[in-house]
This record gives sequence, structure tokens and C-alpha cells, in this order.
Amino acid sequence: MNQYDSIVVGAGHNGLVCSNYLAKRGKRVLLLEAGERCGGLASTYEFHPGFKTSVAQYATHLPKRIINDLKLRDFGYASHKLDLEALSPEGDSVSLRSGSLFGASADDMAAYQDYDRLLDKFAQMFQPFWQKTVPPIGNNSLSEMLAFAELGLKIRLMGREDMQEFFRVIALPMYDLLDEYVSSPLVKSLLSWDALIGTKQAPRSPNNSVLHLLYRMQGDSEICVNIQNLVEALTQSAEANGVEIRTAAPVESIQISQESEALAATGVVLESGEAISAGQVISSADPKTTFLSLVGSEWLEIEFTNRIQRIRDRGMVSKLHLALDGLPAFNGLDSPDRRLLLAPDVETIECAFDNAKYGELPEQPVLEVTTPSLSSSDLAPEGKHVMSINVMYTPYALKEGWNVSAREALQESVVKTLETYAPAIRSQILGSELLTPADLESRFHVSGGHWHHGDFALDQLIMMRPTHGAAQYKTPIDGLLLCGAGTHPGGDLTGLPGFNAAREALS
Amino acid sequence: MIVTMNSFDLATEKPKPSHFQPRLDELNIKEAWSAWNGYKFAEYYYEVEYEYFCVRNLCGTYDICPMQKYFISGADAERMLNRMVTRDVTKMKNGRVSYVLWCTDEGRLIDDGTIFRLGDEEFMLTCGSPSTAWLKKSCVGFDNLTIRDRSDDYAGLALQGPTSCAVLKKMGLTGIENAKPFTIHHFDFGGKPLMVSRTGFTGDLGYELWIDAEHAVEMWDALYAAGQDYGIHPFGEQATNMLRLEAGFIMPGYEFNEALKTVHFEFDQTPFELNLGWMVDFKKPHFNGRSALVEEARRGPKYTLTKLDIEGNKPADGSFIYNSKRCTTDIGYVTSAMWSPVVKSNIALAMIETPYLNGELWAEINYEKELRQFHKVARCKIQDAPFWSPERARLTPPSDF
Ligand SMILES: Cc1cc2nc3c(=O)[nH]c(=O)nc-3n(C[C@H](O)[C@H](O)[C@H](O)COP(=O)(O)OP(=O)(O)OC[C@H]3O[C@@H](n4cnc5c(N)ncnc54)[C@H](O)[C@@H]3O)c2cc1C
Repeated sequence: MNQYDSIVVGAGHNGLVCSNYLAKRGKRVLLLEAGERCGGLASTYEFHPGFKTSVAQYATHLPKRIINDLKLRDFGYASHKLDLEALSPEGDSVSLRSGSLFGASADDMAAYQDYDRLLDKFAQMFQPFWQKTVPPIGNNSLSEMLAFAELGLKIRLMGREDMQEFFRVIALPMYDLLDEYVSSPLVKSLLSWDALIGTKQAPRSPNNSVLHLLYRMQGDSEICVNIQNLVEALTQSAEANGVEIRTAAPVESIQISQESEALAATGVVLESGEAISAGQVISSADPKTTFLSLVGSEWLEIEFTNRIQRIRDRGMVSKLHLALDGLPAFNGLDSPDRRLLLAPDVETIECAFDNAKYGELPEQPVLEVTTPSLSSSDLAPEGKHVMSINVMYTPYALKEGWNVSAREALQESVVKTLETYAPAIRSQILGSELLTPADLESRFHVSGGHWHHGDFALDQLIMMRPTHGAAQYKTPIDGLLLCGAGTHPGGDLTGLPGFNAAREALS
Repeated sequence: MIVTMNSFDLATEKPKPSHFQPRLDELNIKEAWSAWNGYKFAEYYYEVEYEYFCVRNLCGTYDICPMQKYFISGADAERMLNRMVTRDVTKMKNGRVSYVLWCTDEGRLIDDGTIFRLGDEEFMLTCGSPSTAWLKKSCVGFDNLTIRDRSDDYAGLALQGPTSCAVLKKMGLTGIENAKPFTIHHFDFGGKPLMVSRTGFTGDLGYELWIDAEHAVEMWDALYAAGQDYGIHPFGEQATNMLRLEAGFIMPGYEFNEALKTVHFEFDQTPFELNLGWMVDFKKPHFNGRSALVEEARRGPKYTLTKLDIEGNKPADGSFIYNSKRCTTDIGYVTSAMWSPVVKSNIALAMIETPYLNGELWAEINYEKELRQFHKVARCKIQDAPFWSPERARLTPPSDF
């Protein structure tokens, strides 16, 4: 008799969501986490004495349905608002507040209305899609065909002109799309950012930065900036529903048996040597880790193994955490209580990408800065603050290697950039933590240190995510499922991979 | 006008010489060359039937330098190969050879070949087509191994036929008569290592000799000196094709289409379709294509490769097979056919839709007589045992000739 119905590997937010839904349906669930605490890339930890932070800083498209189903408000979850503001060193700024553009020229503001109407319409169209399992290609059942048909119908119902426009823009580089609408450099930076952050894409990259943007524009979603609260609520809700959580319990391997004709997952073995059996193993570790390290190629087909091996999952974002002596003062800004974008124009973003593309550090990094201690006061001692900076673009495989001098050079160029916007910042720094993609990989057990556990690109999305044969959460091995950011619809704090995977695990 | 072809160098298309080329050139009276894997390769030397009879009655040599030879070694070598092929490599003892198949994820046959177990962590894989790309893919996740492609610097020569053992003894390979089928033996050949396996592609008593390329000609000369009184002759591709058909062995381009090169959906074959289900071991640890093959075993193969004994003496090359003499519904096709001199019957291999195997089988045979075309419909009988399987092929020690 199995000790558990399901073992979920990894207590990132997707593992928490997935195990919670299973437990709610009466399953005996064990959630195993390698790290010291729950949350994965969204876990909160001390990075300097008295100062805490998390890697992921905000959730901008958390589905209401998950919040309600898991009664997260009962466990202290609260939603917030979060604006995005692009600054110039001189103190000019443009911002997006609750979906409206501020501080731009009259022409750009007017054009933005059209731009927003169009993208909003496209984003709405995808809405039900993210919460669905996308059927595989070929030999489909009727219900699977209906899922395709629904999307097709939705596209068709947009009307002829919008439909044509949809197919035109969906794989357009952000640069070209923005060029058609707005002209101010700062506005272009502002509007392109959410299409780029976390991916291996620059404003001029073709493929699907527009689709990425639409993903992040999901309707019916909430914004949360207190990530510690979110993860605590997810954890407590899971425990309340009966999920047994064990941290500092790294899984070494997923056990496979071949007793019946098909291969089946039968449990896990921890690094400690302990073996635990279960009817089902659901992994939120990234697909490469899950298949190549935890399962092992000898249990997998050769082409499948190669498709997994080829997943592009080399992260492009580094994280710099600063412990500050006081609230930083940015030129022209009353309070840094929003996402601040330090990228004067799209060309600078593009150039930073070009450097990284060839394995170098960006000559001029582009930064997204938040001050999480403003919304969660317990992250820093009274009067002091935590600054969290996403640094784009930094290659996972830096040509010279991530040695001390490279790390110092990167940190220095980030602080230098910051200084042009917040001149006194250097003197406020009490401590810091730099996480390169390579650090993120080893610290958080995420292959490539990738934001999405695998690039957000057309060939790695929807029924191709992470690859065919494993894109419906189920895998070629019976009783082994995936539930992390490497599955449809992708990364960010949405809980959707976990939500969808739980439905498949119960079916 | 003089056409120059400077833009692409046709000279690189010229077949490479085999490691035995100086001797092959002397013997290939008809200059009947083709190419195999880029090597110059004899279709026949003098006459097909003559070469065929040499092998069945005396002995012959067949140049296997163009075969691909991969040396796979390291702690993960056994696991990697075992995951790649359908038979259980872990059950192979050192010094043994095993005939193996490997398939795509979908269970379609990529190629067949042989694995030589040279040590606990050392194997030689031989096969007909270059397989580096597939081997590379198969290695993902198996880090402790190296693959050395020795196709170009390791020479191979098959010696097949009833007098082959006697020739090797005469050549000084002491104890070779004790070599059992599918075993490997090492000899000292004037200070150079010579490997001999009791293997072959003719269904008869036979051996394969393996030596570093630079000693190939020297070995040839020693072998031919020893074989003089035993009727040793070279034989080419066409004789091989007759010999292997009598033995019931499959050949790419006839019975199967290598799956990685097949364009049309399922125009390749599965091991079950090729009647090689016995080589698919569902009890061994997971191997590539297993799930698809489990499913195929349950469902039954669409086609089954069948040995046919066909009435009359007209080879059924390219014939359709029907389920009645009226030839209204075709249910299969012949892949290889010949009049077999040793078994004295009209034999063929045919792919037949599995559900029809229990009914009548008729072949519509087209043939030519002095430029006139004829056709006849001949009854076919399924034959389960190999067409040709002489006792001497299995006997150890084989009787002296
Ligand atoms: C620098 C950076 C900044 C980001 N900022 C944001 C942001 O602000 N907003 C946003 O929405 N998204 C952000 N993201 C993306 C977001 O953090 C991830 O997409 C999301 O957290 C993925 O959640 P997950 O549960 O799928 O995976 P993870 O959070 O990666 O969780 C997987 C868990 O599995 C565990 N695990 C792995 N292997 C094993 C094993 N063998 N045994 C046991 N446990 C194991 C890991 O320890 C980890 O806890 C950011 C990402 C990065 C890299």
C-alpha cells in the first residue's frame, strides 16, 4: 500500500497550488521541498542580517479563481495595486497606472488608447486558454477538438479586421508594434518591458514577445506585491487542507517500475536515502531537472530525451538585492513605491541584449527596481529598506565565467546606473546579494536559473510546452506528471501550471 | 564548350579504396564496382552464381571494411546500449556477439547490427549505415562513455563457407575450431592483434576477421595463401544477397526501410512486422520504442514478413501477393525472391497483411523470356523454418572438409 496518493516535488508556488487542489479533493499528499522553506523562486529569506527578500517580487496576473478556491484571503492574502513607471535620469517619467498611460505627449496618450484596446481584446481572447490543458496535435478526442474549436471561434468572433490584425501582430517584435503607435523613447521602453522581462528576447527580436505580453495581461487576475504573504497564505491553506509539507527534503530520484507493461512512477528517494512510495509523483522542478536528473534518460525514449535536453532554459536575468540605510530618493519621484524602469529607450535595451547574446555583460544594464519593504514592513528594520533589482540582460553562460571580477563588474555597473537616477544610493548601501542566473540555478534548483523554467518562445509554448509527449502535464511515464513553470501556460506567479496539473492528476 | 566543375569538387565523390583494395583490384576481373558508405565495393568479381557456389561449397571472402564500426567504452556503455537496442545487453558475456535491432521512439526499425562485447565496459557495434547521429542522441544522459568511430581504420573481412574453419587453422589460428557461434577470439598475427568472430551473413559456417587497417593486406595474403587448396574466392554484394536470403536474413533496402530515412508515414517497419519479435525483450529494462512496441505486440503487427515457398521456378521479384488465385485483392508484396540452388526451391520473403496469413496466398509473377513479358499466378506456401540452415553452421568443432 502506498504511503501517499501523490507526492509533489518542489514547494514553489505551483507545487503549493497543485498539492492543495489534490488535498482538497481528499488525496493524501506529501509535498517535498529541497530548500529550507516553501516558495521556490518566490520564497522569502534573509539576505543580509535583518533584511529579507524574495527573488520574485510581485504577482501581476494571479487568477481570482485560485485565490477564491484556496480561500487565500482567509490566510492573510491581500491584493494591491502596482504601477510601472519609466524614469529618465533627469527626472522625467511616464507611467502605467491601472491600465492608463500618464506623463506622455498628447499624441502618445491618444495612440495608447487604440493600442490598449487592441491588446486588451487579444488578451481577453486568450483568457480561458490559460486555465485549460491544451490538447496534443493529432488523433484528438471530441472534447479536445472542441478546445481547439473554442479558441478558433474566439479568434473568428473578433471580427475580420481584428482577426487579421491579431495574426499580424502576434509574432511581431515589440519594437515594430510600438513604432506604429507611439513615439516617445521612454514610452516605448515602458510599454515594451512586460513583453521582455524574464525572456531571452529584446525589443527587436521576432517570435512572440507580444504573446508574452498578452499572457501577462490576463484578465480576471489580481496583483500582489507582498510575496511573503502570498506564499504564507498558500502554505497555510495547503496545510489546512491536509497537505503534509517537508522542507529540506531534496528528492534525489523518482522511482520508476516496469512491472506492468507500461512504466509507472512509484515514489521517490530522497537524498537522505529515504524511500517514499506514492501512486503518483507530480514534479514542479523544471522539465530538464525532472527528466534528466530525477528520472534519468534510461527510462525515457531517445528523441524525447533529446527534446528535453534541447529546451532553451538559460536565464537572462540577474537579481541584485540591496539592504539600504533609508528610503532611496530618485530624481523627480516622491516615493519609489512602484516598479521603476531604468531604461531610457528601447535601443539601450536592445544593446544590453546584444552584449548578453554574445556572452558578455551589458555595457549599460537595464534595470527594474522595486522597494518591497514599502509594502511589507517586516522585510527590513524600522526606517531601513530593501531594494530589489532585476538586471537585464545577463547571460547564464558568461564568456569569462561568473568569477569574482565579473560579479563585481556587474554589481558596480548596476550601482552606477542607479546613481544616475538616485544619486545618493551608494552611500545608503549596507549590504547586498547578487544572484546571477548561475546562482539562481544552484540556489533554487532551477535549470539555467530561468524565470520561466524554459524560454517563453513559440516552439516552447502551448501544446509544445515543455515538449510534445509531456505537454498535457502527463508524461510518457504513468503516474508521473509535471506541474511547474516549465508547463503550459508558463512561469510568473500565476499558479496556473499547478492548477491545470491538479485537474489532470485527478482525471 | 568545355564544362568546368570548379564550383563543386566531384573528385570528393570518388569512392575511397577499401583497405584490401590492392588485392580486390587484382581479383575484380569484371570491374563491377559500386560503393557502400563511400568505399569502393564489388557487386561481383567474376560471376554471381559462381561466387555463390564457391561460398556454399568451399569458402569465400567478403569485404566488410565499409561496415560502420563503433567502439563504445566506459562505465555507462552497457546501460547506454541496453537502452538503445531491443535485446538485453546485460545478459551478454564478454567475448560474445549479439545480433541487435534499434528503433525510434515510435518502435520503427532504424537499423540492425551486431554488438561485440569486448570487455565489461567495452563494446564494438557494427552496422550497415553511418549511425553517429543516432548514437550521439542515445548518449544524452550517459556521461561516462566514449565512442570511437573506427569505421575508417579498422578492417573487416568475412570468410564464409564449409572450408572456412580449415583455412583459418591452416593460417595458424590455433584452436579456432573450438570457437562457438557468436564468440570472439583474439590471435597474435605476427605481433599484431587479430580478432576473429564466428559470425556472418550467409547462414553457413563462417567467420569474420578484424584487424587494424594498416595490416589488412598482409592478413589477406596470409589468408589466401592458406586458402589456396580450399578454394578460397572473393564474393561480392550480389552473391551475398542470395546467400542471406537463403538464410532468411533481412536487408535494408529490401525488407526494411531505415526509419530515420523514411519519408512517408509508417513506410518503415517494426521488429514485429519483420517477424523479429523474438528479438524484442519486454522483460529487460526500458529500451527505446518499448511503449510503442508493447502496444504493437498487443494489437498485432499490420504486416508480417513471411518466408514463402512458391510453386514453379520463376523468381517472384516484386510480385504482389493475393488471397485468391483470381488476384482481386492484394494483401502483400514480395521483398526478395530467388530460385535457391541449395534448397532447390523457389523462395521469397514477403510482407503480408497479418490477418491474411492463415488463408490462401498467391503470387502474381511477372517474368521475361527473350524480351517477351509473361506472367503467371503461383501458389505460395508459408515456411516457418529457415530455408537453409546446415548442421555445420552450428557444429563446434566443425568437421574438417
Ligand atoms: C530573477 C527572477 C525574478 C523573478 N521575478 C518575478 C516577479 O517579480 N513576478 C513574477 O510573477 N515572476 C517572477 N519570476 C518568475 C517566477 O519566480 C517563476 O516563474 C515562478 O516562481 C515559478 O514557480 P514554480 O513553482 O513553477 O517553480 P519554482 O518557484 O522554481 O519552484 C520549484 C521548486 O522545486 C524545488 N525543487 C527542485 N528540484 C527539487 C528536488 N530535487 N527535490 C525537491 N525540491 C526540488 C525547488 O527548490 C523549488 O522550490 C522571477 C524569476 C526570476 C528568476
